[in-house]
Amino acid sequence: MRNLAVARGGATVLAGLTFDVAAGQALILRGPNGVGKTTLLRTLAGLQPQVAGDFEIDPNQGAYASHADAVKSALTVQENLAFWADIYGTCIPDTIWDQFDLGALRDRTAGTLSAGQKRRLGLARLGVIGRKVLLLDEPTVSLDGFSVKLFTRFIQDQHLAAGGIAVIATHIDLDIVADTLDLAPFVPSKQMLDSSDAAFL
Amino acid sequence: MIAILRRDLLLATRAGGGFGLGLVFFLIVVVLVPFGVGADTDVLARIAPGILWVAALLAALLSLDRIFALDHEDGTLTLLATAPIPLETVALAKVGAHWVTTGVPLVFAAPALGVLLQIDARAAGFVMLTLVIGTPALSVIGTFGAALTVGVRRGGLLLSLLVLPLYMPTLIFGAEAVRRGAGGLDPATPLLMLGGITAGAIALLPFATAAVLRINLR
Repeated sequence: MRNLAVARGGATVLAGLTFDVAAGQALILRGPNGVGKTTLLRTLAGLQPQVAGDFEIDPNQGAYASHADAVKSALTVQENLAFWADIYGTCIPDTIWDQFDLGALRDRTAGTLSAGQKRRLGLARLGVIGRKVLLLDEPTVSLDGFSVKLFTRFIQDQHLAAGGIAVIATHIDLDIVADTLDLAPFVPSKQMLDSSDAAFL
Repeated sequence: MIAILRRDLLLATRAGGGFGLGLVFFLIVVVLVPFGVGADTDVLARIAPGILWVAALLAALLSLDRIFALDHEDGTLTLLATAPIPLETVALAKVGAHWVTTGVPLVFAAPALGVLLQIDARAAGFVMLTLVIGTPALSVIGTFGAALTVGVRRGGLLLSLLVLPLYMPTLIFGAEAVRRGAGGLDPATPLLMLGGITAGAIALLPFATAAVLRINLR
């Protein structure tokens, strides 16, 4: 990623971002609410165009996980995962049930799960679709300590160990060996915005 | 595409899925007409094709706002947009699911309900034929409208206002074909026009739907 600038609602929220994440590495995005973590991840996922600069992600390897779990409450846990496996042309690995502690919930309707259990199901999707580059937006929201540990173990021992990449926006300290990028310094100053407006006019 | 279609059909049959909702609505509208117009069999038989078609239109409209709104709310739509399948395919799968859950039941229910409106077997056959040809257009156009209003809160009314005018050609040629067929005239021209509208809509609108979704998801 070189000199990337991203915008939300027409206003540039981050500018001048330059970083590189190698295979098997993770990057933690930090910064106060509203700094642009979600906007950056959405841009990397290809959901919105960047304002300036460019970035390189293998388009066949990226996967995005938003705040929302994308869980259908009328379907069972198994059916929810099977749907994403179908979409990505993979199958559900048997290990997924233990990895995300979903074995006992397999045939439960997702609507009856608790918020944390739904989140685990949403994260289990990442294990099913088999993508190398994971863009995760606050993946640990509503997870308890044990589930956070399950999740970090999945990222560290399985995903990164297999040469995957993870870009994670989070507010808590995850037990993952990773570089940290604080986004606050990349918020463009008022003056810079004014001058770019002037240039535009 | 098959995966989305299968999942949407499964969701429609589960609790709160809304399968058959349009069908029951269709039934009620058609039953209401003789009460409003009176039991004069000549009048009923004359207006029956129009009534059946208008009722079918409204029934199709009823379930449109669910097409993308539910997937948008729980974040599925965002993930489908980043998934390795084109959004055009997603749009087409959604059209298919809407047609199977709304259009197909209408096709089979219409002749049975036509009895209430005093239509004969010949006219009932033409009602079925025109609905088979015309309802896919209702689903495609409706899916496009649903994509336009996907991020709008309480977008159902706006959706109706956008989509109903676009349904007009389908209604005109559908009802006209039934009238001509039932009256012993040659129904070929309106039937061809109806088929043309459906074919054109299926060919073009999925691309428009996908483009609109991309903009709305930004």
